[in-house]
Amino acid sequence: MECLLGLACKDFAIIAADQTNAHSIIVMNNEENKLFKISNHMAMGITGESGDTTQFAEFIAKNIQLYKMRHGYELSPSAAANFTRKTLAQHLRSSTPYMVNMLLGGYDTNSKESGLYFIDYLGSFQKVPFATHGYGGFFCMGIMDRFHREDMTVDEAYDVLRKCVTEIHKRLIVNLPNFKVQVIDKNGIRDLEPLTAKKLQAPQ
Amino acid sequence: MARRYDTRTTIFSPEGRLYQVEYAMEAISHAGTCLGILANDGILLAAERRNINKLLDEVFFSEKIYKLTNDMVCSVAGITSDANVLTNELRLIAQRYLAQYGESMPCEQLVSALCDMKQAYTQYGGKRPFGVSILYMGWDKHYGYQLYQSDPSGNYGGWKATCIGHNSSAAVSTLKQEYKEGEMTLEEAKALAIKVLSKTLDLTKLTSEKVEMATLTRKDDKTVIRILPAAEVDALVSAYEKLEAEAEAAKREKQKS
Repeated sequence: MECLLGLACKDFAIIAADQTNAHSIIVMNNEENKLFKISNHMAMGITGESGDTTQFAEFIAKNIQLYKMRHGYELSPSAAANFTRKTLAQHLRSSTPYMVNMLLGGYDTNSKESGLYFIDYLGSFQKVPFATHGYGGFFCMGIMDRFHREDMTVDEAYDVLRKCVTEIHKRLIVNLPNFKVQVIDKNGIRDLEPLTAKKLQAPQ
Repeated sequence: MARRYDTRTTIFSPEGRLYQVEYAMEAISHAGTCLGILANDGILLAAERRNINKLLDEVFFSEKIYKLTNDMVCSVAGITSDANVLTNELRLIAQRYLAQYGESMPCEQLVSALCDMKQAYTQYGGKRPFGVSILYMGWDKHYGYQLYQSDPSGNYGGWKATCIGHNSSAAVSTLKQEYKEGEMTLEEAKALAIKVLSKTLDLTKLTSEKVEMATLTRKDDKTVIRILPAAEVDALVSAYEKLEAEAEAAKREKQKS
């Protein structure tokens, strides 16, 4: 039911996650945060079993902090994403698997490249220009395919996400009113204005 | 008296020394010489080859220079069987890192991980330390070209030029005199390596049979590791001999006048 959206362009990655926390048929709240800071230049959008998501995101974030303390430099986004996948895959084959899906957005300050990484609960791993998780994604892949460009500005990418969220509101049977949006670039991670049903309906 | 503290590796002597570790260092000072020189455009390792017998099958071109990863090479001095265990361990550590992070292991981390193992063998009972010193050359994205040395005690350090094995202190002092800080090229480093080796090895004449040399450079964002073919080593040797003969002649000329 949950939904993650992400785009990677030349000098930034942008990710959006819905803010709905639902148990069974009940919506518990619409202000949940599913985006986690992993390092200074890396953010993770994570969905799945609700306890697992926080637990796993924090476990990864702390391990990446530990690496930085031990060695004096940060893990690159691609290394951090590989580490995340490996950890998830190891747990999958244990008695305590994590049922979580992720999009990782990062900016490598060393090679000056941005990256978006798709990881699902089975440990599949892909570096992609744009990606989604969840039912909402079915309505968005076409939009992203049509409008994504390598050389987009943050505003243009935000606009693509706005189109995606509008479509989710229009077509998806599930109620996902709010989406939190973050950009990761050379300056680090920053929040953008959340995409909410309230704002999108208001005349532009 | 000292014998009482000799039997186990893990017991301090009253002077606060670990004899077994010192003996291991001693074993290395009889081993074949290895040297490493860091240049601006690359690094090189050179090693003395001791086992030269024409009956020996030349399955291994290189006797004591080992490739560890795509970005790292090491050369060893000491007990060869111990060295084989350690290089195997080094390769395992590096591959584990590659499997976990999807990128090559930074040089210092690999050296440090192996040194943790070497140190353990000086502390836990019933084990003797590894009788091996290792020179590592490598490249990583954090610190570029790097040269490291590690000891049986588990100590390690980064160097611009260093030497292990037989007569290493003499070689290090020659390197100290001849190394031009910040302006070495790989070609100069090669010539220097031959010069230092021919001075430190007790050989009348240096040949490609007795020396092996490997270089590590970067080309098109890829690490290039090259073990120099015999002909190239011989060319370096003859260039050195020519230079030396000229210097000798000039000296004699001066004495005459």
